[in-house]
Parts: sequence; C-alpha cells; structure tokens
Amino acid sequence: MRELVVPAINDNLDKVVDFVGAFLQETQFQNKQIIQVSIAVEEIFINIASYAYAPDVGSAKIICRLEGSKAIIGFVDSGKPYNPLLSNDPDVTQSAEQRGVGGLGVFMVKNLMDNINYKYEDGKNILIIEKNII
Amino acid sequence: MDIKKNVGNEQLELVLSGRLDTNTAVELEQEIKSIEGIKSLVLNLKDLEYISSAGLRVILMAHKKMRASSGTMLIKHPNDVVMEVFDMTGFNDILKIEK
Repeated sequence: MRELVVPAINDNLDKVVDFVGAFLQETQFQNKQIIQVSIAVEEIFINIASYAYAPDVGSAKIICRLEGSKAIIGFVDSGKPYNPLLSNDPDVTQSAEQRGVGGLGVFMVKNLMDNINYKYEDGKNILIIEKNII
Repeated sequence: MDIKKNVGNEQLELVLSGRLDTNTAVELEQEIKSIEGIKSLVLNLKDLEYISSAGLRVILMAHKKMRASSGTMLIKHPNDVVMEVFDMTGFNDILKIEK
C-alpha cells in the first residue's frame, strides 16, 4: 500500500496523477488502462481541490493498493460532506449549444472505472475507485 | 502540455502534446481566445496523452467559437483513450473527428 498526502490545490495535480501512475506502472496494468485511471484521478482530485475546503485549503490523502488483479485507489479529505455519486449524470446527447459545463467529470469517472464507492466517516469524505487489470 | 502552432492562410493547426488537464486547459483556452480571422482550425491530438473534463470544456468552447464565425474545426488523430472520452461524453456527435 502506498500513501500520499498533499494540500488539495490544483498545483498538486501532476504530483497526484504521477503518484498513482507510478504505482500502476509497477503492476500488470497496460498503458491504456493507466491513462484511463489517470483521468479519473484528476477529476476526483480537482473536485476535492475546488470544493471540499473552499474558500480555505485542506489536505487530501491518496491511497493506492493492489488486491488480486484489482487496483484500489482511495481519496480521503476532511472537507464538507459531498457524495459525488449523488450528482445527476449529464445528458450527453445534447447539442453543443445546449450543453452546460458541469457534471462531466464524475460521469467520466463512473465510465472509466469498474467500481466507485463513497462513504462519510469520522468527519471524512472517503471515495474509493477500483479498476480491474484486463 | 505543449502547444505547437502551424499557421496558414486563414488556417491554424494546433498540435497538442502531453496532458490536456485542468491546469493546461487554461493555456489552450488562451490560444483559442486569441484566434482571429481563422476559417479552418485543426486540433491535432496525435501526441496528446489524455484529456479530462476541463479539456473537453475548452474544446467545446473552440467548437462554438469557430461555428459562430462560420469557420470549421477538425479534431485529428486522437489516441484510443481520448477517443473513448469523446465517445462516452457524446462529443463524437458534436465534433468532426478524423481518426
């Protein structure tokens, strides 16, 4: 298991994506799947950086572990309770003119990962995403 | 991310490489905003590793801008994952994409 704790700010995006990417590269994951996970990691981390502690800054903990042929990545923050799984999926059939700018990120995470779970425990948001090695 | 520019007569090709993410999308947005008098915009994604929702937003903005000025925008050579993102978000129906 590996852990990274960083201030949840946009400037730490590369650090977080690279941390998870480096972990996955030591496994049997192929590059394509690592990139899929990287996108999901960005969407979740940026959500934390944008909303969890706003207008203040707090920290985010990222935990990576491998369980059999499955990578499990957890995101923990102590910000405002927020369950991203409760947000409505965007209508992806809308034309360019009709489209709003919100909601796509979480929708992409759901599509790119095999499993996603949220819980609020001891004052912490805990979001866990899973990807199976193909 | 790195942006290379190939400028022609009323044509502009932006060759993007690396990650089009929350931070680098801002750079692309500046490029798009500064476009003037271009009828044909090409976004060449052959060296683009990935795109996040922030990148999609800027691409949508570029699409709208080119349409508003009666120009065209063509997306070229997205990799498998970038294409997958376009497909899952319905952007494949909005954008003109050459694989």
